[in-house]
Amino acid sequence: MEPIIIEGTPKTPTVKFDSTEGVFEIKGRSIPENSVEFYKPLVDWLDTYKESPLTKTVVNIRLEYFNTSSSKCILDVFKKLEAIHKAKNEVEVNWYYEEDDEDMLEAGEDYESIIRVPFKMIEIVE
Amino acid sequence: MSFNIENYFSDLSTGNTILYYKGNVDSDVINHVLDTVEDKMVEVKEQSKLRKKVYNVLVESLQNLYHHVDRVPDDFEDQTSVKFGLLVVKKVNDGYRIITGNFVHVENIERLEEKIKRINRSSHEEIKELYKFILNHQRISAKGGGGLGLVDIARKTGNKLEYTFKTYNSHYSFFYLDILVNE
Repeated sequence: MEPIIIEGTPKTPTVKFDSTEGVFEIKGRSIPENSVEFYKPLVDWLDTYKESPLTKTVVNIRLEYFNTSSSKCILDVFKKLEAIHKAKNEVEVNWYYEEDDEDMLEAGEDYESIIRVPFKMIEIVE
Repeated sequence: MSFNIENYFSDLSTGNTILYYKGNVDSDVINHVLDTVEDKMVEVKEQSKLRKKVYNVLVESLQNLYHHVDRVPDDFEDQTSVKFGLLVVKKVNDGYRIITGNFVHVENIERLEEKIKRINRSSHEEIKELYKFILNHQRISAKGGGGLGLVDIARKTGNKLEYTFKTYNSHYSFFYLDILVNE
């Protein structure tokens, strides 16, 4: 399947979903007014990917900011990953946060408590 | 008519105003405000922790206006702004104050006020749980909001949401929300 490669903008993140690599990435700022419009293609892509995923999928989330409207869409992304994991495939989420950013760490912990996929909280030390 | 949306601010003249905006709140305005305030915070070398909190709260406040404002009353001076809002960002002693204002139709006042009161009587732990509950159970509304903005603001600032409704006429009130983001 075709990879999704999206360059980041001041309001939307950089995205790399490539089914040949097994390491997916969402990085940067996610603060669009209409987050559904941005995330729907990603969720749809994962929906197709989950039909024949790699044996191991690693997802790196490295966000500087995200708004509450994106938070729901990010949950939808995680729900697709949860389905892949439930079908006995290895899935791992690496949640990055900057060392002084407790809010971003807490946000990761929120998802970790909702979604049944192993999360790793990774502190970025400058 | 004696109603003046700015009167409220003369009562609140402490601190330096770093940004003042009144008019239509569209996507370009939001971008511009975010850039301006972020640049100013970098310029004065604000701690990154505070800077991030202010930025987050500003995003949510502006997008609350963008998604939820009611249309302006028929006799209001500015009829061209579809999404009329007011925004003031002030530097205060230990942080920033973000004040927003918008018209609310009388029939929407009670629901908004109930929401704020519920948040204000909740502990930090309860707000965290409320956030997670809404995140997991509520769909994005037709207007595009997630219903999480105010909860997120209260969670990130750890402060109560200060607010007032000033009656404009029998159909409308002007709603002011005053958020303190401090260290």
